[in-house]
Amino acid sequence: MSNTSPIAQRPAPSAATPPRGVTGNILTSDAAGAAKTETAPFGHALVRAGEKDPRIVGLTADLGKYTDIHVFADKFPTRFFQMGMAEQSLIGAACGLARTGLVPFATTYCVFATRRAYDFIAIGAALGRANVKIIAGLPGLTTGYGGTHQGIEDLALMRSIPGLTVIDPCDATETAQATAAIAQHDGPVYMRLLRGVVPVTLEADYKFEIGKARLLVDGADVAFISTGLMTTRALEAARALAATGVKAAVLHVSTLKPFDRTAVAALLARVPRIVTAENHFITGGLASAVADLAVDERLPIRLKRVGIPDVFCESGSLPYLAERYGLTAAHLATAAQEVLR
Amino acid sequence: MPAAVSAAASLPLTRDVTALRARAKAMRRHVLRMAEIVGQGYVGQGLGIADGLAVVYFSELRTRPAEPTWPDRDRFVLSIGHYAIGLYAALAEAGIIPVEELSTYGADGSRLEMSAPETTTGVEMTGGSLGHGLTQSVGMALGLRLQGRDARVFNLLSDGECQEGSTWEAALAGAHHRLDRLIAIIDCNNQQADGAPSKVMGIEPLHEKWAAFGWHTQRVSGHDFPALLAAFAQIRATPGKPHAIVVDTLMGRGVKAFEEREKNHFIRVAPDEWALANRQLEETT
Repeated sequence: MSNTSPIAQRPAPSAATPPRGVTGNILTSDAAGAAKTETAPFGHALVRAGEKDPRIVGLTADLGKYTDIHVFADKFPTRFFQMGMAEQSLIGAACGLARTGLVPFATTYCVFATRRAYDFIAIGAALGRANVKIIAGLPGLTTGYGGTHQGIEDLALMRSIPGLTVIDPCDATETAQATAAIAQHDGPVYMRLLRGVVPVTLEADYKFEIGKARLLVDGADVAFISTGLMTTRALEAARALAATGVKAAVLHVSTLKPFDRTAVAALLARVPRIVTAENHFITGGLASAVADLAVDERLPIRLKRVGIPDVFCESGSLPYLAERYGLTAAHLATAAQEVLR
Repeated sequence: MPAAVSAAASLPLTRDVTALRARAKAMRRHVLRMAEIVGQGYVGQGLGIADGLAVVYFSELRTRPAEPTWPDRDRFVLSIGHYAIGLYAALAEAGIIPVEELSTYGADGSRLEMSAPETTTGVEMTGGSLGHGLTQSVGMALGLRLQGRDARVFNLLSDGECQEGSTWEAALAGAHHRLDRLIAIIDCNNQQADGAPSKVMGIEPLHEKWAAFGWHTQRVSGHDFPALLAAFAQIRATPGKPHAIVVDTLMGRGVKAFEEREKNHFIRVAPDEWALANRQLEETT
């Protein structure tokens, strides 16, 4: 009988291994190189919403400072509930709060909300139609902490729950707008959180609306359909392609569910060479939604999916991880050239 | 015409043992009738919890039968969805759902599903996936307190449900937030799906566990009306902590044939046994 470990062990580095980036502090967001940033856009937007609507309350599972909801807690201490390191209790309590007429915003990380407390979201929040807002930090490769903390399949899990609204905002502007929008929306919502110092990359006139995709750039040769922070990279890729004479469209789909079938189908019909871009596993998220729609509508498209492959990712610096798992603007431009061939 | 709502009458409450016994007997009749129609089911649980539910619904719970969503109502949260048969009996007896509707229990298209869904009038939460009830009850108690409502939250959970980790997450939260209007009733009928909890996964000593988690804890027979009433009186006199009542009950209570049956989570009953069951219920005092 073999005595080998089921998990291959990684070798020690050779002496020749050059120095590289290091795993960033978990607090650090991917704002490096951003021309403009905002700090804690979710927390401040929640305070603004809370000033208007006394029904809004906040709660967290020992991650107040790490999900920007401490801003709300400082402003409204009696409307904030610390639930300790207990995500099932967090989501269950949020559902109970909603049943008394309040509008709870519950924060933790994507991995803990969706892996640990899945049943509480599916049954308590979604089947029960509780008016809860689950705000989940560290989506995809926005942390270098490795597989335990990188939410790589959360959108797939959340999309598969009937009646749940699922949102992946692009930047600080959209995070703030989406926070205001979901506060007024009656129904359970799962929203990915960009926290800390968050880049501003969308234009000032951008308007978020639940369930609406936005065509940020038009182009007839190839189209990026992107969600979350990958839209920033898709815009960058489109600019790079333009310099080579390729006209690329960028359709930003921040609401994964309900999916804007009308806008996406219109684009697929018009520009059938498609690259999807998501900070998430390439199965079960945006790419799958696009592929499902193409099949349903019998639209002949060529689709290249850019996202996280079917692996748990390593620890490391964010630029290293984006490069290693193929999520950079350069990867998107290359994918566009491939579907154009 | 909002005035009609505020005119809704509260369900009258009593601490008279004879009256409560009569309520429990009526609820057991409802349970047998529902179980006979489907021919099987959670009749053991429905009969076993009838006394406890009679005390909660008719001596403690502030409700308005004609206004089931009254914001100041006390909440009764059923974690253990399969006890729905017992809850429907109580809701019918309280006038919250029509008695005639009980004949639809478990039927296709009926809102009286085998596991109680919150889309049914009087059901506060969809139970059935065990370990949810206390977590949501904590949230309800927090929300009611924040809004200055003095409503209480009663959560019925089971002995087996004390094996769910989330129950203890919620127990921590209830004590930490000093939710003294939150009451957990733990039905110990010593039977879960795979057998007795002592064989499946030991949970005792429950009294000590709940007390150690910071709850004002009592343990009484679930069929002793004066003891149950005294326990609830003690709760009203004990501020500052959430409350747990561990109630020991006998599955099938009130029908000798079911009490003595080899214990099963889901009882199957032969068609000719129902007449005997009804007779035994009427003979039981």
